[in-house]
Amino acid sequence: MSNFIFGRYLPGNSWIHQMSPQSKLLLSFYFVIVIFFANNIWAYGALSVLILFVVIFSGVSIGYFLKGIRPLIWLIIFTVLLQILFSSGGHVFWHFGPFSISDTSLINGGYIFIRFLLIIMISTVLTLTTTPLAIADGVQTVLKPLKKIRFPVDTLALMLSIALRFVPTLMDEMETILNAQRSRGVDFGSGSLKHRIQAAVPLLVPLFTGAINHAENLSTAMEARGFTDSEHRSKYRVYKWKGKDTISWIVFLLVGVVVLFVRKN
Amino acid sequence: MKDIIQIKDISFNYSGQPLLFDHLSLNIHEGEWTALIGQNGSGKSTLARLIDGLIVLKSGQIVVDDLTVNDQNIFDVRSKIGMVFQNPEDQFVGATVEDDVAFGLENRRVPRDRMHEIVEKSLKDVGMWEFRDRIPANLSGGQKQRVAIAGIVALSPKIIILDEATSMLDPRGRQDILNLVARIKAANNLTVISITHDIDEAAHADQVVVVNKGEIIEENKPENIFGETAKLQSLGLSAPFTAQLIAALKQHGIDPNSQYMNDERLIAWIKKFVSQK
Repeated sequence: MSNFIFGRYLPGNSWIHQMSPQSKLLLSFYFVIVIFFANNIWAYGALSVLILFVVIFSGVSIGYFLKGIRPLIWLIIFTVLLQILFSSGGHVFWHFGPFSISDTSLINGGYIFIRFLLIIMISTVLTLTTTPLAIADGVQTVLKPLKKIRFPVDTLALMLSIALRFVPTLMDEMETILNAQRSRGVDFGSGSLKHRIQAAVPLLVPLFTGAINHAENLSTAMEARGFTDSEHRSKYRVYKWKGKDTISWIVFLLVGVVVLFVRKN
Repeated sequence: MKDIIQIKDISFNYSGQPLLFDHLSLNIHEGEWTALIGQNGSGKSTLARLIDGLIVLKSGQIVVDDLTVNDQNIFDVRSKIGMVFQNPEDQFVGATVEDDVAFGLENRRVPRDRMHEIVEKSLKDVGMWEFRDRIPANLSGGQKQRVAIAGIVALSPKIIILDEATSMLDPRGRQDILNLVARIKAANNLTVISITHDIDEAAHADQVVVVNKGEIIEENKPENIFGETAKLQSLGLSAPFTAQLIAALKQHGIDPNSQYMNDERLIAWIKKFVSQK
């Protein structure tokens, strides 16, 4: 699990750690949209400089970002190669059958590569500097306007936070069941595909019934502690919009304007 | 002394199953520690859930601190009772220690400033304040039960029900939790009901109620109940260590002239006995 960087939180006290989760969530969305507007070297340059500052301000070492990229490296290489080999136009350096490499295709490949990099970087910054709980709270704040159309935002947020809280519990349980079944002679790692799928049943069924037991006990415990519904409650944790959020938004909006100006139409 | 919980002539069965309680009555005295002991399936946990209104009663009446347990009063009744359940993992609602303690307060719409004060005080009470940022996966079973108790202390109930709260803990953790509950009980003048099949836990109690197959067999002080080793064993319960030791001494012709003594008294008696020889 050590390679699995998504959803991992690194404690810290940097500028970005201190920002409120709702503004971090929205800024990430906004940034991803802006990336798709960029289409020349200047626009990508501006975004890359911005992300460089974000990484510096997050106080997270660059190694973690490389780890974030690693699982996606084949997807990136595949897409970039397709882009290089199949785009047409511009000065052609080399061609063979349907494949060709030209200056435009190289540039397009480079852009795709940077685009991937930027998206992975911003989402890694978000998950590394924000606790899962804060992300759940951020989602609740961001979705609040949907209450007007009777979307159960509070219920969704409660579900999200309980789900996140039970992830490690269920992981541990899976490990235990896995070992318990192994000790009874179940072989999980080998054999044909059909055999492997069949071997998963003695893992999944106990995990499923275990989850139902957890749910039943948890709902009893929640009821006993006065839980009625998720709407009429006060909140212990509140993430206020801070000066740091405003400044970050101003910087991001400025860069967005720059991108719109320098992009070629 | 006032009866804080009155169980009047209740009958109950789970749907599709035979009658568990048949016209059962029981009174719990205010400010006392009452232990409900009995085998698995004797109906102890069901009784606790009926008192808290988590299961609906079919006939009879339960009165908690002058409030009848029914649909209208259910939330007022629950605000008087704090329950600690068996599995530490399953009653941890919050994502972190702090959030879990705050959960009950959030449900009661306590304002935020008050909430922070209460959470801090309750966590310090159970000695878990340094762990406030931890997630449940990084806590031991005993620590999780401490947090559960803090969550209850935060709500300042009059009654604490321990529903086999120590059965998944090691002996050390069990003793810690029992000492903690005893301390909190004394400090806040609470009524404690502990449901258990651990005899040593029942030794903490002022009053012991023996339940077997939905019937109350005996209701007495621990020293009067624990001496009857044979009877306890016939109900599938073990006798406390000191009672077993006294029984073994008697077999060897040494008679302490008593059925049951707690650890200190038995040690004192043995010392006296040895010095007289």
